[in-house]
Amino acid sequence: MFDTGNIFEAHSVKEAIELLRSNPGAKLICGGTDVLIQVREGRLAGVDLVSIHQLPELTGVTMEADGTIVIGPATSFTHLAKDPLIKKHLPFLGQAVELVGGPQVRNVGTIGGNVCNGATSADSASTLFALNAKLRIANSRGERVVPIQEFYLGPGKVALGQDDILTAILISREDYEGFGGYYIKYAMRKAMDIATLGCVVLCKVKDKKILEDVRLAFGVAAPTPIRVPAAEAVAKGQVFSEELVEQFGKAALTEVNPRTSWRASREFRLQLVEELSKRALRQAFSNAGGEC
Amino acid sequence: MQTRNITFTVNGKEVSVNVDVRESLLEVLRNRLHLTGTKKGCEVGECGACTVIINGETVDSCIYLAIWADGKEIRTIEGEEKNGNLSRIQQAFVDEGAIQCGFCTPGFVMSATVLVESGEKLSREEIKKGMAGNLCRCTGYQNIVRAVEKVMEENLQAK
Repeated sequence: MFDTGNIFEAHSVKEAIELLRSNPGAKLICGGTDVLIQVREGRLAGVDLVSIHQLPELTGVTMEADGTIVIGPATSFTHLAKDPLIKKHLPFLGQAVELVGGPQVRNVGTIGGNVCNGATSADSASTLFALNAKLRIANSRGERVVPIQEFYLGPGKVALGQDDILTAILISREDYEGFGGYYIKYAMRKAMDIATLGCVVLCKVKDKKILEDVRLAFGVAAPTPIRVPAAEAVAKGQVFSEELVEQFGKAALTEVNPRTSWRASREFRLQLVEELSKRALRQAFSNAGGEC
Repeated sequence: MQTRNITFTVNGKEVSVNVDVRESLLEVLRNRLHLTGTKKGCEVGECGACTVIINGETVDSCIYLAIWADGKEIRTIEGEEKNGNLSRIQQAFVDEGAIQCGFCTPGFVMSATVLVESGEKLSREEIKKGMAGNLCRCTGYQNIVRAVEKVMEENLQAK
């Protein structure tokens, strides 16, 4: 038996908002692969839960008329990676979420939960940062759209009020069209592990050699996922070369602030920041159609 | 405390149970339906001993609320043997010596079942990735992977 208070099942977003409002302190649960672990650890003892598990209006991936890709936050990692729109336009996001936990966790865990959990190590988060993802959030007073950079407030802290529900993850056409990318998860094991460091590079290539646009984001390099604009500026508009890759790796170090944890020391993480950004840039360049 | 009636299919048979909303699917399977083939291991979704198949996908039933099973189709290890015959993957586990203490076996068999039923011929690395959510404390992984490969090869030859 889980040591929770009551568990309410919402059949719509509207009902979920109402349940959150009428049960102060209640927490939202979707896939449960994070929340139920916290319950087992005793961190949520007695807390009421509002379940939005597999709510149809929150699952699946669609494209709007202007090319915006709308990801339902209750979409499981497995379904996200298999989705035709993701495969076609955001293969690097599918590649990143295929590295979460193991198959059983990916079959149930959701991308929205990954983001709302607020962990810097979330495998989907760095890629969503690089994509300038916007989050649509609904509550009893209406809806708002928040850039993902403003959503993360600190470790485990996100900009969600008591009756707020993430209802969509939005990716604009200009943020994915023509981009290739690559995510590297560094962990002690290939599966069932949390990233020691996560690194993603997205880039757009012109004439097979010029880096028209470059985006670099990390997980676990700071208290929240972060972008590194200084490194992006170094590579943007430049012709791809091994020298540039070296400069990019060095520049990546300028804006990160990893900590020492039982998983790895700050020094080791800094080493990873430099090395993984170089490796990710090389692979992203190739994935975006670049030729050395 | 709140209870709720849920109805779902287990191994092809429809069942209705009145559950406490705080119960995990694992607890309902083991304690109420007495399907104790599904094992309770870590209880935090890391070891895969409690793996069952829900609507064609493997799930750690220890971190899955029983109320979510309402209306779903569930397969547990008890349903894999039919009329006294082991399923092909079960037989392959026996033939390849992929069983040591046996505690992880039901979970591994469920994960392997989804892989071999996908009809795909997976590489050794892909098989390992597909089985990465199950732990074997006897570390008998080689033979487990071999059992999956064996059935996949048979599938391919049968085509």
